[in-house]
Amino acid sequence: MLGPEGAAAQTRGALLTRQIPSSKEELPLVGLGSWITFNVGDDPVARANCAEVMRAFFSAGGRLIDSSPMYGSSQSVIGDGVARLRPSRLFSADKVWTRGSEGAEQIAETHERWRVRNLDLVQVHNLVDWKENLPLLRRMKVGKQIRYIGITTSEGRRHREFEQIMRAEPLDFVQVTYNVLDREVESRILPLARERGIAVLANRPFREGTLIRDVKRHPLPAWAREIDCANWAQFLLKFIGSHPAVTCAIPATSSVAHVRENMGASYGRLPDERMRRRMIAYVEGL
Amino acid sequence: MQDWWTYRLSDFLLFSPRTYHRMFELYHEQIWPVHLIVLASIAAIAVLLLRRNNEWRNRAIIALLAACWLWVAIAFHLQRYATINWAAKYFAALFVAQAILLLWYGVARQRLDFRLSRDRATYIGFGLLVVAIIIVPAAGVLAGRAWRQVEMPGLTPDPTAIATLGLLALSAPRAPRALLVIPLLWCAIGAATLWALGSAESWVLLLSGLCASMLAVKPSRSASP
Repeated sequence: MLGPEGAAAQTRGALLTRQIPSSKEELPLVGLGSWITFNVGDDPVARANCAEVMRAFFSAGGRLIDSSPMYGSSQSVIGDGVARLRPSRLFSADKVWTRGSEGAEQIAETHERWRVRNLDLVQVHNLVDWKENLPLLRRMKVGKQIRYIGITTSEGRRHREFEQIMRAEPLDFVQVTYNVLDREVESRILPLARERGIAVLANRPFREGTLIRDVKRHPLPAWAREIDCANWAQFLLKFIGSHPAVTCAIPATSSVAHVRENMGASYGRLPDERMRRRMIAYVEGL
Repeated sequence: MQDWWTYRLSDFLLFSPRTYHRMFELYHEQIWPVHLIVLASIAAIAVLLLRRNNEWRNRAIIALLAACWLWVAIAFHLQRYATINWAAKYFAALFVAQAILLLWYGVARQRLDFRLSRDRATYIGFGLLVVAIIIVPAAGVLAGRAWRQVEMPGLTPDPTAIATLGLLALSAPRAPRALLVIPLLWCAIGAATLWALGSAESWVLLLSGLCASMLAVKPSRSASP
């Protein structure tokens, strides 16, 4: 029998998922980011709203939530939501963002703020001191304190070094910027991720909101119905999720309505290669 | 930070405009009725400025001003702003340093002597005080925010920095340049934050800082009344 988390999802058909190559564990195609949107400080009203966003996310079948020690109060706001909702299938993805020997202490603080039994994924944020941090994450994975390890970058920064690390180090996840307009990773990083069996999280799917604000000034093309898109958010997310290397896109929002729209991209048909080219041409022509 | 040139100002913004302005609203709710004490302090500084000059008057003005910087450091930066911006603990350190500098130059060494004359420095000083006390709070309301979210000198950092630059402009001989550094730096930080938030009030801070900087490079005011 389905619990409340799955009941709403059941009405829209099968949830689209992708396997994490290193474990074959399934993850829904759409996750939840927390950059800016969950950094609401001690504001009790905003914290309650974030918990409602999380509730809507889990109700629609979502699992992966991503944060970082760099995101202000986001981790503890997520922790509040976890304590209120007690989600059964949460996939916690966070980062280590410090230099020197402070990584273990920072990850311990992160763990405490999330209020979960174990963190699932810890990534080296923007490659900060990765030579120190990645061995630490490997030790923690061996010790079963975390389940997966990874590295992140955004907006195309340090891709050459990023690739070198992907080739040389055993990684479960990478996180990169990928959306219908920022496709630099298609040429090397995404193929390399497939080749090396590394899961990919796509950040900035809406370019921090500017992309979706821009496209919303134009009508959604009628042919978007062919891939079951009811709105621009689903159009943009289905483009990302349809790349075979992508495991999960992580849009951030503080709106319950928007998280429902986003999660709609986890259902229905995905574009094929011809449709993907059409989507690019349409958005670039706006 | 590698590739630092690829970052935009907005990449350093950790919070939304809504969260930022709501923080002021919650702050005002939580610290009430400290506003009355600060308003009384502002009135006291105004009365002291108009009184006959003596060393105790100057010391009292500076002590009140230093208390405001300390209050903003602890009650605003450390206890509120730090919840959404990890850099706020460094801002708090800057504000404590400014309070110490004010006490050192103004109270211990008596290097500040506030004099009102019909000269450019006085006009700029009063202009900056008007900006801090009236224009900055009014600009927030005119920008469409609730009055409970406005900034106030002595309670929040932007108008406190502008008011301080205004008071320092009234000093003859000219205030030590060391006292201008942190308020000017804060005008730059505050303006950058508001700019990244898309708030037109960033210009108020920027122009206030520029006006005050002009005084820093001009010859010292005469100490004669």
